[in-house]
Amino acid sequence: MVKEEQEESPNRPDNTAFTQQRLPAWQPILSASIVIPMFVLIGAAFIGVGVALFIASRDIQLQELDYTGDDSAHPCYKCRSSTEKCTCSMTFSIPNLFKGPVFFYYGLTNYFQNQRKYGASKDDNQLYGDLDYFKDPSSSCDPYTRDSRNIPIVPCGALANSMFNDTFSLSHVVNGTQKIVPLNGKGIAWWTDYNVKFRNPSVTPLINAFNGTKKPTNWPKPIYELDTTDVYNNGFINQDFLVWMRRAALPDFRKLYRRITHDDYVNGLPAGNYTLTIEYNYPVYSFNGRKKVVLSNVSWMGGKNDFLGIAYIVVGSMCVVMSIVMLIVYAKFKFAEDD
Amino acid sequence: MGMDFSTLRTLISRYCAGEENCVDTRTVYIGHKEPPPGAEAFIQQRFPDNRIISSKYTFWNFIPKNMFEQFRRVANFYFLIIFLVQLIIDTPTSPVTSGLPLFFVIIVTAIKQGYEDWLRHKADKAVNQCLVQVVQHGKLSRKHSRKLTVGDVVYVKEDESFPCDLILLSSSRDDGTCYVTTASLDGESSHKTYHAVQDTKAYKTEEEVNCIHATIDCEQPQPDLYKFRGNINIYMGNEPVSRSLASQNLLLRGATLKNTEYIYGVAIYTGMETKMALNYQSKSQKRSAVEKSMNAYLVVYLCILISKAVINTALKYVWQADPNRDEPWYNEKTESERQRHVLIRVFTDFLAFMVLFNYIIPVSMYVTVEMQKFLGSYFIMWDDEMFDKELGERAVVNTSDLNEELGQVEYVFTDKTGTLTENNMEFIECCVDGNVYVPHIICNGQVMPGAAGIDMIDTSPGPEAREREELFFRALCLCHTVQVKEEETVDGIKHGIHQGKSSSFYISSSPDEVALVEGMKRLGFTYLRLKEGQMEILNREDEIERFELLEVLTFDSVRRRMSVIVRSSTGELYLFCKGADSSIFPRVVSGKVEQIKARVERNAVEGLRTLCVAYRRLSPEQYEQVCHLLTRAKLEFQDQDKLVAEAYDLIERDLILLGATAVEDRLQEKAADTIESLHKAGMKVWVLTGDKMETAAATCYASKLFRRSTQILELTTKRTEEQSLHDVLFELSRTVLRHYGSMTRDASSGLSSEYIDYGLIIDGATLSAVMRPSQEDSNSGNYKEIFLEICRNCSAVLCCRMAPLQKAQIVKMIKSSKEHPITLAVGDGANDVSMILEAHVGIGIMGKEGRQAVRNSDYAIPKFKHLKKMLLVHGHYYYIRISELVQYFFYKNVCFIFPQFLYQFFCGFSQQPLYDTAYLTLYNISFTSLPILLYSLMEQHINIDILKKEPTLYRDIAKNSLLTWPIFIYWTVLGVYDAIVMFFGVYFLFNNTTFTSNGQMFGNWTFGTLVFTVLVFTVTFKLVLDTHYWTWINHFVIWGSLVFFVVFSLLWGGIIWPFLNYQRMYYVFMQMLSSGPAWLSIILLITASLLPDVVKKVFWRALWPTNTERIQAKRRCLASEPSTIFMLSQTSSRISF
Repeated sequence: MVKEEQEESPNRPDNTAFTQQRLPAWQPILSASIVIPMFVLIGAAFIGVGVALFIASRDIQLQELDYTGDDSAHPCYKCRSSTEKCTCSMTFSIPNLFKGPVFFYYGLTNYFQNQRKYGASKDDNQLYGDLDYFKDPSSSCDPYTRDSRNIPIVPCGALANSMFNDTFSLSHVVNGTQKIVPLNGKGIAWWTDYNVKFRNPSVTPLINAFNGTKKPTNWPKPIYELDTTDVYNNGFINQDFLVWMRRAALPDFRKLYRRITHDDYVNGLPAGNYTLTIEYNYPVYSFNGRKKVVLSNVSWMGGKNDFLGIAYIVVGSMCVVMSIVMLIVYAKFKFAEDD
Repeated sequence: MGMDFSTLRTLISRYCAGEENCVDTRTVYIGHKEPPPGAEAFIQQRFPDNRIISSKYTFWNFIPKNMFEQFRRVANFYFLIIFLVQLIIDTPTSPVTSGLPLFFVIIVTAIKQGYEDWLRHKADKAVNQCLVQVVQHGKLSRKHSRKLTVGDVVYVKEDESFPCDLILLSSSRDDGTCYVTTASLDGESSHKTYHAVQDTKAYKTEEEVNCIHATIDCEQPQPDLYKFRGNINIYMGNEPVSRSLASQNLLLRGATLKNTEYIYGVAIYTGMETKMALNYQSKSQKRSAVEKSMNAYLVVYLCILISKAVINTALKYVWQADPNRDEPWYNEKTESERQRHVLIRVFTDFLAFMVLFNYIIPVSMYVTVEMQKFLGSYFIMWDDEMFDKELGERAVVNTSDLNEELGQVEYVFTDKTGTLTENNMEFIECCVDGNVYVPHIICNGQVMPGAAGIDMIDTSPGPEAREREELFFRALCLCHTVQVKEEETVDGIKHGIHQGKSSSFYISSSPDEVALVEGMKRLGFTYLRLKEGQMEILNREDEIERFELLEVLTFDSVRRRMSVIVRSSTGELYLFCKGADSSIFPRVVSGKVEQIKARVERNAVEGLRTLCVAYRRLSPEQYEQVCHLLTRAKLEFQDQDKLVAEAYDLIERDLILLGATAVEDRLQEKAADTIESLHKAGMKVWVLTGDKMETAAATCYASKLFRRSTQILELTTKRTEEQSLHDVLFELSRTVLRHYGSMTRDASSGLSSEYIDYGLIIDGATLSAVMRPSQEDSNSGNYKEIFLEICRNCSAVLCCRMAPLQKAQIVKMIKSSKEHPITLAVGDGANDVSMILEAHVGIGIMGKEGRQAVRNSDYAIPKFKHLKKMLLVHGHYYYIRISELVQYFFYKNVCFIFPQFLYQFFCGFSQQPLYDTAYLTLYNISFTSLPILLYSLMEQHINIDILKKEPTLYRDIAKNSLLTWPIFIYWTVLGVYDAIVMFFGVYFLFNNTTFTSNGQMFGNWTFGTLVFTVLVFTVTFKLVLDTHYWTWINHFVIWGSLVFFVVFSLLWGGIIWPFLNYQRMYYVFMQMLSSGPAWLSIILLITASLLPDVVKKVFWRALWPTNTERIQAKRRCLASEPSTIFMLSQTSSRISF
């Protein structure tokens, strides 16, 4: 056939695959023949992962000690309503080696660190060491911006003001004597919080930066005295402070207090009896909170959490079950067609 | 004193008269010359200058006016309110989160509108600045077009366009005519003749024109291009002469002078009062069914939003009843907060929750929908299959708001002539006194030179008959409004008259007339031209006969006939009349009526268009009377139309029937195939035509609207004359319903073999009887209902003898019937405009009857056959695409906001947002917007070719089936399910444990970011599951937007942003990714979220497959040999699982 020569009209649309909606395309369809094998594969993989997770979680050791002391028999009962400095101690035993590294957490319940106003009640510029904001803290800190004599509070805000101030020490009973377990306070906060996000003002000594400011009303000592032994753990970059300042997501939360990484305890806590001594300061009774100390080790998948493993197994089995049901329906459907 | 009073009184009365007249007439002083003192004077009115302002805004009012218009839209206003609330009260999220998207939307819209307006300003300026020549003090001077005022005498040269509406005073041609094309006004490229005022046509130089002393009284401007009434009073000598003016004297702005050297005209309407400017007015907005469902969903979501806020507010106060919860020691309130009244606290809390959840109604949905419509409409314009080589035209989209409505059409109303048929008329035969004449040499519509052959079918006529025969031929040569064009460079309709060396064309707005005049030429009588009021005819003996054209009684669709009054060279006066048989026969007093009637009916049955020709000899006295009647009618302003119609009625009577003609209008290419496809697609096709029943019915059979098996029900005047309308209606409805009853028992899905389909024929007169609301008869109220009931059960309906307005009435009646079906009207002519405007979707065919239908339509296509692709392919796609778009948008926002709602239960109802501000802001703008936009532009669940081959697929989406409440609820439930999975999945993961290997804990922002990451991936993968058509663009956009999300998160958390006063997201995302369980939970939660949807899809596909899914499966199985799909359609259906 001879191609007719005709002048193209200027109005003629472009004849490209795109304009004619004829681009080459892959056209998949979610039909049973694809979905059934896919589900079987996914199911198998998920069950595998789930089992691995579950086993890993099961192997993690956990020691939880509630020291709220609302029970009159509890050694910390006396401290609950005391206004004085109060110490109490609890003993516990570890039946077999608690594999290291062991992480020492404190936990609070019914404590709403995720309250909106509470969370916003801080001044990031202060915490970044900006001296301008020492004199004039952000109004988001209200009512913890200034004290009754109108002197600015540093660090301002509810979040800093309510910093957890119970302290703990752990001792191992070896042959009837108490042997202090060294607790490592380094590396408990995020590296970026410690190195970038929070900064002390570049004034030495640090105390001079805080002239004309007050410490938060609930604090026994000002921020520049949080750790007088270590310049790199003092002021805004005190790791306990940093841990507290990272708000928990849920009202029942745990925060890392110390790591046990030194001396004889590098490989974990040996079996035996231990004494936990608590300097009890932090009031939780008013809002029905509980306090606890948790010792835990971690695996590749973090702390003890059966959820992920179980969920994987459940979803995986669902996939397998569904694929079987689909297969049955498929077979039936096919027979029906054949009839 | 008395005299003073009387002058005062006259002044007052004049003033009042002027005021009154102000309403409907204006007086124009030609050349701004006051009338002589004796003449009646009016108070000078003020007229606008000739500035054309098509722009909406000025530099100064752009910002306020544009803002006002944008915020008049409910959605924008809603977001503005949310934004203001955020500014005023202490809210959980920063005002940026809703301000930025709103700002973005508003700015983009404003820029677009501003740019469009700037273009308009530029165009206006070009038009307003262009120079025109004006006669001033007897000389031509140049003026800017915008400075023209009413009363200026304007000089226009050939090929220039008129700067304003002008009354033609004189032209370079001796007969005072000029030729004009109105292509830019109504698209008709044919040349039209305009006439100068008789008394001024002799003034041909600027000096002469300058001495014209006259005033013009005319109506105030009105948009109808074809209507004008006025009067000119010329003060020459003592007696002022008054002449009537009509639209043939009025040159419209925008039209172009052709074939005439120059003209002089006086400006009567200027600037925004010109008819062209008045026609700019935009049409009323049509809204699609999808938009209505969308609004309904919006209301539901608004209710969800409000109830969420109310629930949370209420729970907050229940929970806070304990003061230690309301104000624990670690989180005390400020003094001012404590003192705030509880009601104010409740209210601000409610507002804060509203703000927190407001994202459930996304700003971006409107933008995305609009972009989808706007960009999507390009695929219609780009479609090469809807391009017509002959016309050189492609499909035109006048509004993109209705793209998806094309997929929802249930009733198609189509015009016949020019739409179903080609409107390419060919003279077939004529019948004079029962003798039939057929021109025998036909060569593609052209006649060989010198051909004068006539096939006489009957016996040769006697001398008397011969006289009749010649009179008939002359009548057809004279009774028309055809022009002869002597150039070859006419773009419009070309009809060659090859006569010697010069070739000329007949041009007319009616193709029938051209066909008739050409047919006469083949029978030996050639119409040569109209020169100085003389019509020249070349008769069989090659002699030129001259007739003086005295009056033309123009055609109109109500009268359905036209007449001319001519004086032959021997001084005899004739009235020739041609028109539809129904409008001629009642006026005939003699002639061989029976024979001709029989022939006309025979021709009509064959689908030919017939016209009857009659004449009447006038005595000079009768002619005087006629003139008197006409001038009197034409002088009148008020009710002129009515008076003219009455005058015509008096004149066109006592006719003697000469004969009839038959012209064939061939069916358009593939018209039958198109109609068949529309039928198969479940649409009801109605043909609405002005033609007579037999012709229309024949066309309907030819176009397969009626099949042989179709049982025809007639509802025509013929029947209602025998029985009463009441009885006929009830009988028909019984017939139909009896069958319908038996059919429902059979319960077949559609096209079973026993299915009898009904076709209904109704004519205009009966229709108006059915529709007429009458009080006397209580029964007649339900006529309409019964009629609708009958129509509902007929697959095809033919309405003949319809007036244009009746077409619109029918459409309106069906539209407002109780099912509220979606209607589509398609037509090509001015008479279809009313129904095109009335129907849900109006489609114009680029036919030969000008561009009016196209201009008023929503979409325009070159040929009727293109309707098939327009509806079955484009309509189907757009509907599928936009319904997914709408559902998906709501779905993804439920997924988005519901976790935030759940989080309130764990944060003491403190309105703590779960996600970071950036995520809240960008979720709808960038992370999830492009994939769905692209889906809604590209998705093809089935290939184009299959959609065209299988029109029944269209039934799958009928009745807005993808936007029904169950489907909407499914999507919403799916969204809620996904949200629960995502939230509680992460909740249990976070529950009192660490999931890093360094023992550190994560905070609330990690929680939110983890939910958000799962969310973005889940909703994107949901779209992945729904996409059936993966081009490289889809891959690019879908994977690209996920990559963008990850890169953005890395960047957003990777830098201390100096402009932010918080750094809460710093390293949150990276820390999260450094944790293995986070990865595992992301995979798990995405899978768990998508699982039910996949299972549902598979089961539905297996157990209750739709036709669409069956075809998809077939196509998949036979992908290797696509051509055999349809042969194997039965055997392969079992594999559709």
